[in-house]
Amino acid sequence: MVHLSGEEKTAIATLWGKVNADEVGGEALGRLLVVYPWTQRFFDSFGDLSSATAVMGNPKVKAHGKKVIDAFSNGLKHLDDLKGTFSSLSELHCDKLHVDPENFRLLGNEIVIVLAHHLGKDFTPKVQAAFQKVVAGVANALAHKYH
Amino acid sequence: MALSAAERAMVRALWRKLGDNVGVYATEALERTFLAFPGTKTYFPHLDLSPGSAQVKAHGQKVADALTLAVDQLDDLPGALSFLSDLHAHKLRVDPANFQLLCHCLLVTLARHFPGDFSPAMQASLDKFLSRVTSTLASKYR
Repeated sequence: MVHLSGEEKTAIATLWGKVNADEVGGEALGRLLVVYPWTQRFFDSFGDLSSATAVMGNPKVKAHGKKVIDAFSNGLKHLDDLKGTFSSLSELHCDKLHVDPENFRLLGNEIVIVLAHHLGKDFTPKVQAAFQKVVAGVANALAHKYH
Repeated sequence: MALSAAERAMVRALWRKLGDNVGVYATEALERTFLAFPGTKTYFPHLDLSPGSAQVKAHGQKVADALTLAVDQLDDLPGALSFLSDLHAHKLRVDPANFQLLCHCLLVTLARHFPGDFSPAMQASLDKFLSRVTSTLASKYR
């Protein structure tokens, strides 16, 4: 369970409303694939990932980024029960996709970095701290059903 | 994990832009680290960690000076950072996981202040550079 104060919950909702979530998703996933190229191992079918430009412009990366961020956005509406909310996604990532949970932490941090990039001065240290709790909670929830 | 010529050029270009303000950004990165990852504060019981603290600023400047030295001495990080490697291994004994937390907050700080410069390629270069610095710092731990 993520423990957020009322102030933190408000800050998160306000700032999430200010960003284009789809863009955040595509950019965070793209940056993950560029900065940590070994994460490309899960995306052999995505086509050209040969350069930063290719990755960031790749339509499959953008589409998948949107999928991921839609799930994340849904999580933001259920911060009191992230484990329940991400239960079937957790099973999927373990049993079918075989994704090391470390990748959830890496992607969570990329989402934080993209938010800082887009929001500038609005992404204060306090706001970052609140989002770090959220991404950690989501990463833990996604890892929860691993066996 | 050596940096390519292009990666070095990117890091150096950004460092030139930071100019005399590396300390300001390192201080903000420390502040972000203490707020987002409270366990990191356990290494600083002797400091006033409240926002705006002069002691955090002083520590930020220390971190900044070390990073600037590293940028200048990319060809010999173990040599340049030898004193700091010894210090962190034998005296400070900061768990190396914490270096990654500070590095992450440094990247967040730079993304927030230099959005136009913080391309994915720049982020990758910086991340690699910071990774090299932290593995040098942890190199004498055992």
